[in-house]
Amino acid sequence: MLQDKDRIFTNIYGRHDWGLEGALKRGQWDGTKDILAKGRDFIIKEIQASGLRGRGGAGFPTGLKWSFMPKQSDGRPHYLVVNADESEPGTCKDRDILRHDPHTLIEGCLIAGFAMGAHAAYIYVRGEFMRERERLQAAIDQAYDAGLLGKNACGSGWDMDVFVHHGAGAYICGEETALLESLEGKKGQPRMKPPFPANVGLYGCPTTVNNVESIAVTPTIMRRGAAWFSSFGRDNNKGTKLFMISGHVNTPCVVEEELGITFRELIEKHAGGVRGGWDNLLAVIPGGASCPIVRADQIMDAQMDFDGMRAIGSSFGTGGVIVMDRSTDVIAAISRISYFFRHESCGQCTPCREGTGWMWRVMERMRQGNAAREEIDMLFQVSKQIEGHTICALGDAAAWPVQALIRNFRPVIEARIDDYVSQHGMAAE
Amino acid sequence: MTDDTAVDDVEIEEAPEDEIIVLAQKWKKKRGSLIMALHELQGRLGYVPRESAMKLGREMGVPLANIYEVLTFYNYFKLESPGKYIISVCTGTACHIKGSPKLLHGIEDELGIKEGESTPDGEYHLQGVRCLGCCGLAPLASVNGKVYGKQDVTNAHGLLEQVKQDQPMHVAAEATDAE
Repeated sequence: MLQDKDRIFTNIYGRHDWGLEGALKRGQWDGTKDILAKGRDFIIKEIQASGLRGRGGAGFPTGLKWSFMPKQSDGRPHYLVVNADESEPGTCKDRDILRHDPHTLIEGCLIAGFAMGAHAAYIYVRGEFMRERERLQAAIDQAYDAGLLGKNACGSGWDMDVFVHHGAGAYICGEETALLESLEGKKGQPRMKPPFPANVGLYGCPTTVNNVESIAVTPTIMRRGAAWFSSFGRDNNKGTKLFMISGHVNTPCVVEEELGITFRELIEKHAGGVRGGWDNLLAVIPGGASCPIVRADQIMDAQMDFDGMRAIGSSFGTGGVIVMDRSTDVIAAISRISYFFRHESCGQCTPCREGTGWMWRVMERMRQGNAAREEIDMLFQVSKQIEGHTICALGDAAAWPVQALIRNFRPVIEARIDDYVSQHGMAAE
Repeated sequence: MTDDTAVDDVEIEEAPEDEIIVLAQKWKKKRGSLIMALHELQGRLGYVPRESAMKLGREMGVPLANIYEVLTFYNYFKLESPGKYIISVCTGTACHIKGSPKLLHGIEDELGIKEGESTPDGEYHLQGVRCLGCCGLAPLASVNGKVYGKQDVTNAHGLLEQVKQDQPMHVAAEATDAE
C-alpha cells in the first residue's frame, strides 16, 4: 500500500488550502526554476526514464509523446493542450485535481510546455465543470500574480501563458483531435491521422495533448527523480495512479495508489469492500465505461495496471473502477452503455454512427430476452464491423463493452432469451 | 441545414442589444472563441435564442450556419427556454447500477412529464444526462448546477422538496452551487 509520503496529490480530498499558499506549503512550485535550468532534453529524458504512461486511458508513454515535438521551431509556435474533458462514465479524478490541487497541474504546464518548446498551454475543461473551471482560473491568476507564469515565468527566462477553455458537453471532445477542433471553436469531430498533432495540431501548429493527471504528476517526478517514480509498480507499468472506485462498494472514493495493486487489496483497503461481501461480486468494469466488462473470478486477484488488465482481456483505461454486485442486471448495464455511445457518436464515420444505434437496439431486445440465440453472434459481428473501421477510437470504445458482455456473460444472455421464449413463445422476428 | 439559415420573423426574447455587441467585441479578436462567446450568452439568458445567435453572428462575422453547427453539436447549448428548475438525473454507469432509472421515473411521475420535457407552467425541466463525473456520490441528480448525491431512488418527492427548499427564488441563469 502506498505510503502518505509518496503521494503526489497531497490535497486530493480538499482538506487543505487549494490556493497558492497551501500549494507552496505542500512543496509545489519548489525549485521550478532549477528544473527548467536543466534543459528540455533532460526533462524529456527524465520523464521517459520514469516510465510514466498517459493517464487518460490509452497509456501511451508520456515522455515519448513529448519527444515527437520538433526540436527547433520552423516559425510556427508550439502548443501544449491539456485534456480536462473528463467525460468517461466512472471517471472522476481530473475534477478533483482541478478543484483541490490545481497548482500541480499549472506547474506541470510550465514544465511540460518548456520541455516541448511551447509558450502557451490551453487547458480544455469539460463544459459541465463550472466550479472546477472557476477554481482553476483563480489558481492560474494566483500564479500570474506571483510571477510563476507569464513573462519570465519563475525567473527562468521562459515565457509561459496558460489559458482555460471550456467545452460544451460532448464526450467525443475527449478525443485529442476532436478536442483541437473544439478548441478552434468548431464542432468536435475527430481529424484523420496522420498528420499527427505533434506536426499539425492546434491551428496547424505542433501540439501535444496530454491528460490532466499526466501533466500534474510531472513536477513531482522532476523533483523526486525518475528513479523514485519508477520504483512503484512493475516493468512497463510504473508509478502511482489515481483510482476511482464507484458502484457497489461500501465507501466509493478516489485514491492514489501504486500501479499493480491487486483488485482485492484496492477494494478492501480503500473502498471498504464489496457491498454484501466478496461472494456478492458479479462483475467489474475496470477503467471507465468503454473498457470491457470482466467477471468477478477474472479480476478478483488481478493486478490493477495496464498489463494486468490486458491479461484478463480488458483494459486499464482511466482507472475508473465500476464495481457491480449480484443485484446488477449486466445486460441492462451494457445496454445503457451502448445507448451512451450511440448518443455520443459524432456522426462522422458511418460504421460508428449507424453501428452504435444497431448495437443499442439489439442490446435492448437482449435485455428483455426478445431475441434469438443466433443473434448473439450477429451482435458480435456487428461490433466487429465497427471496431477498427472509424477515424477515432469511439467506435472501438462502443464495441468493446458489447463484445466483452458476450464473451464473459453469454450464459446470462442465453438464459434471458430462454426465459422470454418460455413465457412469450418464440421471439418476434 | 436550410431551416437554420431561413429568416425567422417570430418575436423572440432577446438579450439587450448592446450587451451582445459588447460580448461580440470581447471575443471577436480571440481565435476559436465562438464556443466561449456562446457560453457567455447562454449564461446570461439560460438559452440561446435565435435572434441573439443571429446578432452575435453579425457582430462576430461568423455565418449563422456555423453558429448553429456548434449549437446543435454540443449538448450543453439550449435553443429553447428551459424551466426554472433544470433537473438533470445522471444516468452514467455507476448511477445506473445504483438505480437512477427508478429515480428518473419517480420524478417523471411526480411532475407528470417525461424525460426531456418541461412542465406546462415552465417551472421544471427534466433531463437524463450522461455521467456527471461524481460517481462516488451515485445515484445523483443535479439541479441548476447543484449536485444532490446519494439519493434514495424511491423518494423522488423528497428530492423535489429538498430542491424547493434549497433554491426557493431561483433564476435559471444564475446557477448557485453549495460547494
